[in-house]
Amino acid sequence: MTTEQLHDVRLHVNGSVHEVQVPARRLLSDALRHDCGLTGTHVGCEHGVCGACTVLVDGTPMRSCLMLAVSAVDAEITTVEGLTEDDGSLSPVQQAFSDCHGLQCGFCTPGFLTTITAGLRETPDPTEDEAREMISGNLCRCTGYQNIVKSVLRASEIQRGQA
Amino acid sequence: MKPAPFAYLRPATLEEALAALAGEQGAKVLAGGQSLVPLLSMRLAAPSMLVDINALPDLGHVRVAEDGVRVGALARHAEVLASAEAQESQPLLALALSHVAHPTIRNRGTTVGSIVHADAAAEMPMVLRLLEGSVDVASVRGRRTIPAAELFAGPLESTLAHDEVAVEAFFPALAPGAGVAFQEIARRHGDYALVGVAALVETDGGEVTRARVGFVSVSDVPVVVDVTDALDDPATKALAELDPAEDIHATAAYRAHLVKVLAPRVLAAATDHARSRAGEAIHP
Repeated sequence: MTTEQLHDVRLHVNGSVHEVQVPARRLLSDALRHDCGLTGTHVGCEHGVCGACTVLVDGTPMRSCLMLAVSAVDAEITTVEGLTEDDGSLSPVQQAFSDCHGLQCGFCTPGFLTTITAGLRETPDPTEDEAREMISGNLCRCTGYQNIVKSVLRASEIQRGQA
Repeated sequence: MKPAPFAYLRPATLEEALAALAGEQGAKVLAGGQSLVPLLSMRLAAPSMLVDINALPDLGHVRVAEDGVRVGALARHAEVLASAEAQESQPLLALALSHVAHPTIRNRGTTVGSIVHADAAAEMPMVLRLLEGSVDVASVRGRRTIPAAELFAGPLESTLAHDEVAVEAFFPALAPGAGVAFQEIARRHGDYALVGVAALVETDGGEVTRARVGFVSVSDVPVVVDVTDALDDPATKALAELDPAEDIHATAAYRAHLVKVLAPRVLAAATDHARSRAGEAIHP
């Protein structure tokens, strides 16, 4: 068996540079978890349906399981670990999930937090319908979504309070 | 669930990409990857090489001219959807794009990639076909334009040669006096449609002069049916040309039922749209 070629890839994640050596087939989700050690990004379905692996690519939510690490070289990636404030305190979205019991098992939560963080940049004061639309691409099997919708609205309130 | 090994190239110029494709029979083009990467992960596809076109310059455009909308190979669905000029030139683009997967997928997936992926369950191949658009493709042999009517060969199969890259799709502008509409039924928001239907209606002085209806997820290729002579019962005419398929999501009979419900509804909406654009009162 021939040895698989490795590529030197420089990933920009949460403001840090990670120099990793990966085969071309390494999914970005796996590179973040295994090569960068950032296990906050969760891997659920691995074909783009569940949303658990959603990260921000240049600020825009994308599925890290549907990107190759080698193809992410020019991008600034933000994972759930990069959402906390500079002083380490919770971001408005994280705080809202805590306040509103927006998670139970927590598996899907990183994908929701990244998606909603970007969503509130575009729609800072969403209606309940807009909140549901915002999270429509993410699956949660625990909460029935009610408390996640509340969390979106609460996060918007916290952000406006800070502004 | 991981892809099988493949060689990887991220060329900086189109010429380099075309040369690589010409030299490797089993190579595939990677653009947004929102359809290709799942196929790789499930090992339904195992190309020997991926030619990643994401670093190529000048392919991210959504350009609107008098004759229509030109979408570059690296324009993401979300960028096409966000273009007010594109929406004004051809309203069917936004109507259909808002049904393409979820916003997160639209942020990465490309419209041109979706078209040449040629999935009969996808909205944009049918939209290109209904609008009688085209795709420009490039290879080491030069460039050619493939009309939408000649683009789809079979399930997930386009008429592009293995070494050709689709560089641009062209969607003709909506003519004055013409109207469009789109509706689809899916089990869950953002899922593939069980049935999706679009209509393009041309009118002259309020009279329908040409009416065509396109179908998503009914047959194994995107199908467009001319119903100009069947305005009162477009579904029966359409079903004669369609071959509703049964799968895990719906029976063939249910798909046929949805065609019967949606085809007249969407045709009526497109006709109203055409008449309102022509400046005629719908209710005189």
